[in-house]
Amino acid sequence: MNPAMTQSDQDRHEERGMNDYNFAYLDEQTKRMIRRAILKGLAIPGYQVPFASREMPMPYGWGTGGVQVSAAVLTPEDTFKVIDQGADDTTNAVSIRRFFQKTAGVAVTEATTEASVIQTRHRIPEAALREDQVLVYQVPIPEPLRFLEPSEVETRKMHELEEYGLMHVKLYEDIAQHGAIATAYAYPVKVEGRYVMDPSPIPKFDNPKLEMAAIQLFGAGREQRIYALPPYTQVVSLDFEDYPFEASKADHPCGLCGAEDSYLDELIVDDAGGRLFMCSDTDYCAARQAAGHRGADAAPVLEGMA
Amino acid sequence: MYVAVKGGERAIDNAHAWLSEERRGDASVTELSVAQIREQMTLAVNRVMAEGSLYDPDLAALAIKQARGDLIEAVFLIRAYRTTLPRFGASRPMDTGTMACDRRVSATFKDAPGGQVLGPTFDYTHRLLDFKLAADGEVPPAPEAPEGAPPAKAPHIMEFLDREGLMQRDTDSKTLPRDLTREPLELPATRDLRLQALTRGDEGFVLGMAYSTQRGYARNHAFVAELRIGKVAVEMDIPELGFAIEIGEVELTECETVNQFAGSKTEPPQFTRGYGLVFGMSERKAISMALVDRALRWEELGEDNLGAPAQDAEFVLYHADNIQATGFLEHIKLPHYVDFQSELELIRKLRREAAAAAQDAPREAAE
Repeated sequence: MNPAMTQSDQDRHEERGMNDYNFAYLDEQTKRMIRRAILKGLAIPGYQVPFASREMPMPYGWGTGGVQVSAAVLTPEDTFKVIDQGADDTTNAVSIRRFFQKTAGVAVTEATTEASVIQTRHRIPEAALREDQVLVYQVPIPEPLRFLEPSEVETRKMHELEEYGLMHVKLYEDIAQHGAIATAYAYPVKVEGRYVMDPSPIPKFDNPKLEMAAIQLFGAGREQRIYALPPYTQVVSLDFEDYPFEASKADHPCGLCGAEDSYLDELIVDDAGGRLFMCSDTDYCAARQAAGHRGADAAPVLEGMA
Repeated sequence: MYVAVKGGERAIDNAHAWLSEERRGDASVTELSVAQIREQMTLAVNRVMAEGSLYDPDLAALAIKQARGDLIEAVFLIRAYRTTLPRFGASRPMDTGTMACDRRVSATFKDAPGGQVLGPTFDYTHRLLDFKLAADGEVPPAPEAPEGAPPAKAPHIMEFLDREGLMQRDTDSKTLPRDLTREPLELPATRDLRLQALTRGDEGFVLGMAYSTQRGYARNHAFVAELRIGKVAVEMDIPELGFAIEIGEVELTECETVNQFAGSKTEPPQFTRGYGLVFGMSERKAISMALVDRALRWEELGEDNLGAPAQDAEFVLYHADNIQATGFLEHIKLPHYVDFQSELELIRKLRREAAAAAQDAPREAAE
């Protein structure tokens, strides 16, 4: 007890016990407001629905939009998975997973196939998702036109009028200047032939996976926007007939599991600048290794871990 | 190498334990109590309450202690707590004309009913370090007003200009103000929403915006008609009772500026008003708020848009919130290696192509 605090101070602070938060932290009224925004988003795929984002106990820019969406869709029966950069054990993924373990008491997993709700930052899992799964994205800047037009008033008008010429001009200028479209991540897409949408900063390698069986929900907390892709929605990466979209990745197999079809992280492994390429999706990589697949760098690295 | 990206859970736990230890500092130095912060760091407490949008000096003091004195972090703690609180209802509009003023000054009239009251101000102190405080903070009591003297009534100074018709009138819209913390901010924002955003906006940002208007970016010639600080009663209608009861009082700083206005096609020349209202004793913030409020009113007053930052409601309102700003700014220290990887590949590809093109070029020239 703090001697300088009066008894009434103490009582007041004890009254405000920190253990009586609602399931998944948010109160039911707030969840209802968020669910309405989600339903509206699902009804108008790719449209950014304004919602009254709450201050969450983690900072804006650290996944508050995704966390609010997850809080609104989670039920006690769900199994929750969180990835950041494709990995379950990056610090912020750990922090968000713990938050829901504490406030919702839901089961958590690192296995993509076992999860019913997956919150992600910057990646789509390699394993194809199913109809009974929900993928929740953390979105920093939901507006695909933002860096072409800083004003929100203007960009909303451009979406209203389906006025996307500016975006095509930007892509064209890229080609004129660099000979290729110089956007490597957060590559803009058109949804069901209507809204141009920012798929969040996933590498463009992941763009083809946006057409999937699972529900995809996008939450931008600081910018107060939610948008969504219902299952099997048509999602087309913007391109030109003579410069077609290309999903690219490092031209290597995974050094640990040998996968040739997964997105790779590049690690600098020695002072001479030696490189190791490994799957960014840690669950995918671990599952392949468990099934006996071995990459060229697997043996020494695994020994080092033991 | 693979180990480097593992172990996130343990790293977080250890980091937090270390943080707690650092917060406590040298254990041989007496621990700071929440009550000490509340009573002796009052202006910090006020700032946290104002930007946290929650009037609770105890919690603000606790937040400052927990945040190791980082006021933006303390504001964040208060905001995250505030958002979970149930809303019982709204108070009646507060009547700042009934304020029990600790301080009340006007820069436009030498004297006015209610008088000029300096109150506990830093103004006119010489900013010399007081080394006596390092040894002993005890002070003799300040002189008190003679007992029995009735507190002077201090009507708003603006009312006198109002009566003469020199003042542009603000009319009561009769609508309940919208709540910025419960609805998404959509533009164009009405004045009530702009004022809400400004009063909880970052003091430094609002100060900088206000200063820019003084230096000529949408200059609006502000005079402080009145600055008052004091306690005001909060009343709430209780439906079961059928009348309003006082549920408490809050300390407020209110600033009204009077600004020149040359008139427009529709309005004759008159004075216009900028308004600032902030929790606690927060006079720098209240004056800043009034200046920025006035700058943002260019459209409704039929003034020209000079393209100044302080006139751009979207610019001001979207960037005034330090909790949004600091979160997004600091998030760039989170891992971004997936995005960076894709950029790496792109730049390698573009450079390969550029190198190939450069090799081809001289050959073409030779042919």
